[in-house]
Amino acid sequence: MIEITPQIVREHGLSDAEYGRIKQLLNREPNYVELGVFSVMWSEHCSYKSTRAHLRRLPTKGPVVIQGPGENAGVVDIGDGDAVIFKMESHNHPSFIEPYQGAATGVGGIMRDVFTMGARPIAMMNALRFGTPDHPKTRHLVAGVVAGIGGYGNCMGVPTVGGEVNFHSAYNGNILVNAMCVGIARQDKIFKSAAEGAGNPVIYVGSKTGRDGIHGATMASAEFDENSEEKRPTVQVGDPFTEKLLLEACLELMATDAIIAIQDMGAAGLTSSSAEMASKGNSGIELNLDHVPQREENMTAYDMMLSESQERMLAVLKPGREDEARRIFDKWELDFAIIGITTDTNRLVIRHKGEIVADMPVNALADEAPVYERPFTRRPALPPLAKNAFDPKRPIADSLLQLIGSPDLSSRRWVWEQFDYTVMADTVQAPGGDAAVVRVHGTNKSIAIACDVTPRYCRADPFEGGKQAVAECWRNLTSVGATPLAVTDNLNFGNPERPETMGEIVAAIDGIAEACIALGFPVVSGNCSLYNETNGEPILPTPAIGGVGLLKDGTRHASVAFKRAGDAIVLIGETKGHLGQSLYLREIEGSESGPPPPVDLGVEKRNGDFVRGLIEMGQVDTVHDISDGGLLIAVAEMAMAGGMGAMLEGPDGIAQLFGEDQARYLLAVPHSIAQEILGDAKAAGVPAAIIGFVGGTGTHLEVPGMTATRIAALKSAHETWLPNYMAAPQ
Amino acid sequence: MKARVFVTLKNGVLDPQGKAIGHALNNLGFASVGEVRQGKVIDIELAETDAGKAKAELERMCEKLLANTVIEKYEIELKA
Amino acid sequence: MKSAVVVFPASNCDRDAAVALEQMTGQKPVMVWHGDSEIPDVDLIVLPGGFSYGDYLRCGAMASQSRIIRDVKAKADKGVAVLGICNGFQVLTETGLLPGALMRNAKLKFVCRPVGLTIEESQSAFTRAYAKGETVRFPVAHGEGNYFADDATLDRLEGEGRVAFRYAEGENPNGSARNIAGILSEKRNVLGLMPHPERVVDAALGGTDGRRVFQSLIETLS
Repeated sequence: MIEITPQIVREHGLSDAEYGRIKQLLNREPNYVELGVFSVMWSEHCSYKSTRAHLRRLPTKGPVVIQGPGENAGVVDIGDGDAVIFKMESHNHPSFIEPYQGAATGVGGIMRDVFTMGARPIAMMNALRFGTPDHPKTRHLVAGVVAGIGGYGNCMGVPTVGGEVNFHSAYNGNILVNAMCVGIARQDKIFKSAAEGAGNPVIYVGSKTGRDGIHGATMASAEFDENSEEKRPTVQVGDPFTEKLLLEACLELMATDAIIAIQDMGAAGLTSSSAEMASKGNSGIELNLDHVPQREENMTAYDMMLSESQERMLAVLKPGREDEARRIFDKWELDFAIIGITTDTNRLVIRHKGEIVADMPVNALADEAPVYERPFTRRPALPPLAKNAFDPKRPIADSLLQLIGSPDLSSRRWVWEQFDYTVMADTVQAPGGDAAVVRVHGTNKSIAIACDVTPRYCRADPFEGGKQAVAECWRNLTSVGATPLAVTDNLNFGNPERPETMGEIVAAIDGIAEACIALGFPVVSGNCSLYNETNGEPILPTPAIGGVGLLKDGTRHASVAFKRAGDAIVLIGETKGHLGQSLYLREIEGSESGPPPPVDLGVEKRNGDFVRGLIEMGQVDTVHDISDGGLLIAVAEMAMAGGMGAMLEGPDGIAQLFGEDQARYLLAVPHSIAQEILGDAKAAGVPAAIIGFVGGTGTHLEVPGMTATRIAALKSAHETWLPNYMAAPQ
Repeated sequence: MKARVFVTLKNGVLDPQGKAIGHALNNLGFASVGEVRQGKVIDIELAETDAGKAKAELERMCEKLLANTVIEKYEIELKA
Repeated sequence: MKSAVVVFPASNCDRDAAVALEQMTGQKPVMVWHGDSEIPDVDLIVLPGGFSYGDYLRCGAMASQSRIIRDVKAKADKGVAVLGICNGFQVLTETGLLPGALMRNAKLKFVCRPVGLTIEESQSAFTRAYAKGETVRFPVAHGEGNYFADDATLDRLEGEGRVAFRYAEGENPNGSARNIAGILSEKRNVLGLMPHPERVVDAALGGTDGRRVFQSLIETLS
């Protein structure tokens, strides 16, 4: 057996104090296998040791919440005995090292989190952040990540219905690949991971175990340096074919009542699945590794416990049901093995080749992981934007064309056309709108899904940025007519041991909590990805929010495209002209200055509830929220989507047209309805005004103080940037 | 007995992957690169010890599954 | 009209096909597992889209060797209608029920988008409810739909009126020879096409252009 030296302890990412605590909990020195098991269970990735104390402030309960954080995914009531089950998770570090496989296995992992709970996945989303377009690695990373997401999701036959893509130099050395999966289950057929009871068989199903990704969980909890390339061998390879079979086989087994508990083997594989299942079930587990299906020769207990081979599940069955389960997995040509038994000892005991190679108390692994109240500093608020922050005389038409074709605002068609977004034949709203809409199969109900965060706001003011991420997600769901239900969060930050970064984490969580409470939008699942920094350069704080909403009648939904010439364009919400941290300032004036737009959550809720009511009543079918780029960009997007011109009479001036004030929507409705809406808005205390008309002279966007611009020219700028960038030689 | 099967596109069948690789090599400064064709290598272990029989069996595998003879050709290499 | 949908490991449009068939015919199709040896007595056999066997080796190659295919071939020979959509089309060319092969898309990327298709041939059990020359829109979603056959085969397909669907001018998503999107067998009872008619039968999803494929079959086979 390998002797434990301080060097080996450090290589396992454990501090001296943590190692001391392990010795105390065991009453002895751990052996090498046990050290490996502790190192992954106590890694940031599995234990949330830096964030756990703060995550407690997030609201996790509500009238529709069936299962909050703590299980593989969150579960929310959508009526009629149905539940929506969803979660978002990052695969940042593996995707930087090997973009195709990193992204593909990220998709596979999050799908398993959802179907392990009994849900059939019905939609995928993703939130991607890359370095600047001119960084030498960016093109290769974009190509690989997009192909990897498509390669896995398309084969699974689950539509990938949207997401977001940003470029910023802060991601040059650490890209972000966050994937979200949404599934549907019957409420009485939800499976959890508590391995309750003693004497029950523990089964292993799926792919064989190899040495893939050993120490993936600790890799996801460490900073990068120039030597990161050498970590390549630890990247896992995804096999979507096997995962598709695993999905069907698991759902078939779940249709019986043979399962007591089930959990996927994700990060830290067999270790975390067995320890967590025993911990939740207040039981023990004894595993015999001789029975684990193995892909490579001479695998040690350490290898098997730490392997992150993909497409594997661990389950506890009712005694006597093994043969029934085996028949199902045989039919799907998947490995099936009984590798252990539950006990009443509250210990995780591991046997290999006739010997006990590890014997640890379950609670020491799962519940005694350290929780840190790391020191943090709060960033002082930024001063208001200087009066001369922009040139008021700059031609608006030029800026509009430049912005609409800029890396962050240009069309993502090149990305989403590589995803099968129509498979399963329930996609009501395809990518490209404010939120995707997917029907609950066999019903008229639909689920709306959106992913949002504005990292530049979060860098400038993490508290307001956290609020804004939640508010924008809520607004996007509202824009299609959905009632927002709940969120999953994917908190991507730098090194929490740095007080400034920890300050960003704390403030962003506070902002998210405040917004979720105010909007009645609880957090039901999530994931933290820390240490996203290279050579001391952290990413922009990026707390991605994935939101899910419900349309009780899916036929009444709104989309962004203008539909009828002559419709009045109605602006809901107040425009003050807030240019701080706007895309206009960054792209046109080259400045990332000023505070981000403040979010008034009361106003947000009032305006949103008003707009949703109009869609639900069937009065409005054309809605777009106003976000990145401001009002003029939103009008341009509606015009391009509908292939129709527009004439604005209302706001003018750069601040009014490009300011990013929150809680605003644009509607397009026939004139008579517009008048009615203005009356209703006044009664509800909602600012509303007719600012122009769809159509105008037909082919142009016309705005006071701006040279009339052809929609075709806008579309060309909008649609060509990304494909041209990707087609350019390396 | 071990065998290695090479499956490549027939001459004249457009190979977009090969073309892309050729472009990439040119862009990397390998100016002398002409046409590039991409194929597959499949290693197979056989219980058969007779080389002639093994070859015949491998040909049947290629015709039946390993190659699509509408667009692909194959070569078989036997190793002792 | 009685129908069956064959399910291979990692077929993933089997449910979509079944839903469309039930919606259009009023009867649930029989779902047939790839390992079975016989398809029940039906009027139509559908080979659905998906990634049978993960598209490993070649798309459709391993599915074309599965046990049920022997019966698909036997029934096709007897004149039973067979519809192969996307991966199903790939399986049909691999089995030899249709000529040619489907290669990697010319731009090397998976492509999902609605495309315009012209109806080249309305004289078939699959297309009689369309007018020759009309343009319809179906979505495509594939990485390997680039139809290839030698010139003699292509000439023959065109000469015999066996090109059923062609991508509309300027909309060929994959580099397919002569813009071919779907072809018929010699006896015209087998159709393979890359676009997905079963995804455009429901107005709530933005189009109903695919319905007439099923209406044609119902008119012909019921």
